[in-house]
Amino acid sequence: MTITAPPPSTPSSTALQPNGWLRYFSFSVDHKVIGLQYLVCGFAFYLIGGAMAGAIRTELLSPISDFMPRDVYNQILTLHGTVMIFLWIVPVVNGAFGNYLIPFYVGARDMAYPRLNAVAFWLIPPSGLMLISSYFITGAAQSGWTAYPPLSITTPATGQIIWILSVLLLGGSSIFGGINFIATILKLRRPGLKLMQLPMYCWAMLGTSILVVLSTPVLAGTLIMLSFDIVAHTGFFNPGLGGNVVVYQHLFWFYSHPAVYIMVLPAFGLVSEILPVHCRKPLFGYTTMVYSIMAIVVLGLVVWAHHMFTSGTPPWMRLFFTIATAFIAVPTGIKFFNWLATLWGGRISLNSAVLFSCGFIVNFVLGGITGVALAQVPFDVHVHDTYFVVAHFHYIVYGGSVFVIFASIYHWYPKVTGRMLNEHLGRFHFLITFIGFNLCFAPQHWLGLNGMPRRVAEYDPQFALVNQISSVGALLMAISTLPFLWNVVASAFYGAPAGDNPWKALTPEWLTSSPPPVENWTGEPPLVTHPYSYGVPADEIDLNSASGSDLWSSGQ
Amino acid sequence: MPIPSAILTLVLGMLLVLGGLWIGQNVNLLPVDASVNAPIYDELFRVLFSIGTILFVGIVGLIVFSLVRFRRRPGQLGDGIALEGNLPLEVFWTAVPAIVVLFVGLYSYDIYERMGGMVPLGHGDHGAVSATANANASSADVRIWGGIGSTQDSQTATGAAIAPLPIEVTAMQFAFLFHYPDGDFISGEMHVPADRPVSLKMEAKDVIHAFWIPEFRLKQDVIPGQPTVLDFTPTRPGTYSIVCAELCGPYHGGMRSSVVVDSADDFETWLQANSKTTPSEA
Ligand code: HEM
Ligand SMILES: [Cu+2]
Ligand SMILES: [Cu+2]
Repeated sequence: MTITAPPPSTPSSTALQPNGWLRYFSFSVDHKVIGLQYLVCGFAFYLIGGAMAGAIRTELLSPISDFMPRDVYNQILTLHGTVMIFLWIVPVVNGAFGNYLIPFYVGARDMAYPRLNAVAFWLIPPSGLMLISSYFITGAAQSGWTAYPPLSITTPATGQIIWILSVLLLGGSSIFGGINFIATILKLRRPGLKLMQLPMYCWAMLGTSILVVLSTPVLAGTLIMLSFDIVAHTGFFNPGLGGNVVVYQHLFWFYSHPAVYIMVLPAFGLVSEILPVHCRKPLFGYTTMVYSIMAIVVLGLVVWAHHMFTSGTPPWMRLFFTIATAFIAVPTGIKFFNWLATLWGGRISLNSAVLFSCGFIVNFVLGGITGVALAQVPFDVHVHDTYFVVAHFHYIVYGGSVFVIFASIYHWYPKVTGRMLNEHLGRFHFLITFIGFNLCFAPQHWLGLNGMPRRVAEYDPQFALVNQISSVGALLMAISTLPFLWNVVASAFYGAPAGDNPWKALTPEWLTSSPPPVENWTGEPPLVTHPYSYGVPADEIDLNSASGSDLWSSGQ
Repeated sequence: MPIPSAILTLVLGMLLVLGGLWIGQNVNLLPVDASVNAPIYDELFRVLFSIGTILFVGIVGLIVFSLVRFRRRPGQLGDGIALEGNLPLEVFWTAVPAIVVLFVGLYSYDIYERMGGMVPLGHGDHGAVSATANANASSADVRIWGGIGSTQDSQTATGAAIAPLPIEVTAMQFAFLFHYPDGDFISGEMHVPADRPVSLKMEAKDVIHAFWIPEFRLKQDVIPGQPTVLDFTPTRPGTYSIVCAELCGPYHGGMRSSVVVDSADDFETWLQANSKTTPSEA
């Protein structure tokens, strides 16, 4: 394999960029700027999607449909799911952190295709705005984020078509991003840096990008077929015209199950970067961590039909998908035990980044346990499409990815801004997020088991009390963003100066200034072949060509 | 003190397992069971709940312990131990989950069979329906899909040669209609006799709906253009909700009906009272 050297600086692409705050609103090709654009844009959509969740939980305070019209409820529900997945989690755990960190981790000065990178980001704000504006113009799609036909064919067409268009654009954005990550990780590595020396987040992003590139086109094709059914009255999925509605479900879940891993694998990678630093210990079991990521990628592609156990699939299919799904617990379990072993015997700083990371582990373990239960067909048949599933997937996506996003912001904020976040506010933020989250979603397991279906604006009055408890939890979650927002805004101006490497971390992004210069290093990028050598005396580190102290000094 | 801590670990482990088993057996999160396969489901639920509790409490316990025990104390400098891996340990925690998952899989396969999940799908010769008054709906080339519970086995297993009661379910925005071929009438509420197998053949008029009776632990999508079957044997007299579980439009949440499980006599009276024709007695 040929290893390409870091690209030479291209004055034309950087010199013409505006400086200061303005560059975040420009078509910048600097991966760090693009990463932050992803993050801030994603967070704005998170607030919008969160407001929608608030509206949903307000409606569910009472068993009758009294807060908003029923079709509006379904629109908000559809928008909430779509915004949270396609505009918040996927762009942030992939686009934001991937862009910011991957070039540092491979020792490059930018991504492999900087312009494609910018294009990938700039597809997002217009598609997102288009999606949300459909609500005000003609009414948004109301067939849920899964858009199952025939409902998606029979509900008002305009909103549904806008939904399809914007999901297609967002899918295009993630495919561009995925290609870029694969190329960057495989081709832009600094000479001398082996694959098995890369920080774990690179591996996670490599696996994720493979999933993105393999499965997103299937979603795109499916949605294009669906739009033909809507506007051109073809009959791919329309049973009235001989179409088959279950085929849509197969195609849809072939993307949308891997999408779960597109949301959590990068989160796994981020946690693997955060924990060793604050535990002052090497990442336990590096090699098995790498293999388990790849095992999750492979298994993740063959489990989609577990979303269809009640759709009338044949018995052998249910059996196969049960086994495949349950077996994902093994590589996932390996990762969790490895993190536990990373904590064990460490010198753990109980700061906000660690608290959110450990909160993630706790939440995700519960989501994983209910996931293995759901994989069992007989179990799933009762709780499929109920609040049990709503609870399960929020434990995965919120308890998993969102907790990690917060942990990562606490961890990398000093690098990005050169200032520290306030720890007291951070821990307070963690505390109410953790309590609010569990109060909101834990009771929903009970709701589902006892007979409350999902996606309903009205429900059996016996569930009122538990729904009210859940809504109080949601309110706490909403409140919990306030100390966070205050913290990130105020600390940018008044936070304690961080220095280049406040955590004394060993991964390459910390071996340059905070914030980093335009091309990441003023000199040559450092060659970091041991990103997790905590606790190892410097003279025992085999650094190939570099000497022990180089690990700390080169490039600064 | 290596020995006491080994004993301590052992004791804690045993407490954990016993506690998990106790919780799994004694904390009831499910509604009453009212069909033959509901107790089977509940058995699986208790096993999964026990294992889940043990794992969850164990892992959370380890995290909390680590965070307290290994937290950095004021003035403490330097790193933790440079421990990069431990092959036996990693083999151990790969093998144990694999075995647990395998056990759970095999066990739930057993449950699955006892609920009648492994019988091949109907081929349009769905005995109950074609044997009775309903010739038009089940021509031989219509493929009928079934979910769990859709089996002749579960009927023979529940004893005797009682012919299952056929009911044709039509789902539409936003109601379920129940057609009784024995008696040829349509009801908005489902009535079934206790302890007799019931065989549903379900069709949707417009969009996908799902037929769910929480107390029966059974759910099956009702799919337009694709008839589905669902068989079950109710056991506990009473009235239960039938819930639509698949988003089907604005009134999806209101798409609820009820099933009344009658005694055999009450059911016969109800059937007679509603029949348009003389019921073809089985
Ligand atoms: C941040 C990440 C989140 C993601 C990725 C996410 C994702 C989703 C998805 C995919 C759905 C299903 C929508 C559908 O059925 O069409 C959904 C539903 C819902 N979410 Fe979230 N959500 C997130 C956060 C939240 C928060 C913070 C709340 C709490 C307040 C919340 C409350 C709800 C509720 C009440 C529903 C409706 C459930 C139903 O009726 O099916 N979500 N969410
Ligand atoms: Cu319905
Ligand atoms: Cu419905």
